[in-house]
Amino acid sequence: MDDVRLIEVKEDILADNAEAADALRARLGRDGTFLLNLMSSPGAGKTSLIERTAEAVAGTLRLAVLEADIDSTVDAERLLARGVHSVQLHTGGLCHLDAAMTGQGLAELDLAAWDVVILENVGNLVCPAEFDTGAHRSVAILSVPEGDDKPLKYPLMFRTVDAVVVNKTDYLAVADFDLAAFRERVQRLNPDAPVLELSCRTGDGLEAWVDWLRGEVDAIR
Amino acid sequence: MHELPITEKILAIVLRHAEAAGAQRVVSVRLTIGAASDLEGEWIQKYFDHLSRDTVAHRAMLRIERAAAAMTCPACGRSFEADAGAWQDARCPDCGDARCQLVSMPPYRIEDMQVI
Repeated sequence: MDDVRLIEVKEDILADNAEAADALRARLGRDGTFLLNLMSSPGAGKTSLIERTAEAVAGTLRLAVLEADIDSTVDAERLLARGVHSVQLHTGGLCHLDAAMTGQGLAELDLAAWDVVILENVGNLVCPAEFDTGAHRSVAILSVPEGDDKPLKYPLMFRTVDAVVVNKTDYLAVADFDLAAFRERVQRLNPDAPVLELSCRTGDGLEAWVDWLRGEVDAIR
Repeated sequence: MHELPITEKILAIVLRHAEAAGAQRVVSVRLTIGAASDLEGEWIQKYFDHLSRDTVAHRAMLRIERAAAAMTCPACGRSFEADAGAWQDARCPDCGDARCQLVSMPPYRIEDMQVI
């Protein structure tokens, strides 16, 4: 009878993606371009926040967008209509972006011409959290109508990001959303991540978000 | 859904090590994934069975273990480990505080494998 042998492997499953992500950050660093990975569930306000951010930094930061969508160009067209330079990435049915796909999208941009590139990830609180895209910072948006319990249901997402944005605060008056409970849930997972409350519709709170972003852009330069 | 690309990566690592060891067949693979991961072990096994057809790893059994979570207590500073399934409700073993914070999660890793 053949003997069963035990082989030590001790290898990280996502090591190749981590290497590709580090290489991407190095490439971005050569041109001084800051890459932000923006994640949320569908409809939480990723595209709206990008529109608002583009307005706020116009004239001071040159901003381009990588739009990931499973199979549509709706968001890219919406941004182009507002004059925001946008590259469409089709994920071909995949539920997330990894560093290789992000690299393909960045290859379509002249990086030296942009200070900030925002990667609008696929709308989903599960899969995108698992993969390092090569971005310098990652942010999750949670909108008030989704409920304050989401950090309990999607802990990895709220764990992996550098900041959490609460959007649609104009709905707070009509929603059973407990901001203090939400903040505590985020803090248990991710004590260092700031929680930034804003409304893309009214513009409330946007200044603090833009200040945070500017600070992070400066930090990599 | 993201089990598929992760399973592709697992298979590639398994086949590389099997070839290096001159294995005829892979019997089982032991791997650990993070406590907060949403990866479903059953789906990883199904995808693995499909992707590994016509390779020495076909039908290898994946033994997936959830890694413990490293926690810290904000009240008394105690560091401790919590079981993968219970870390969200973990209380400080010293002072009982319920606001314990997640410190770190180990990367997803293939630990070892049994081959013939």
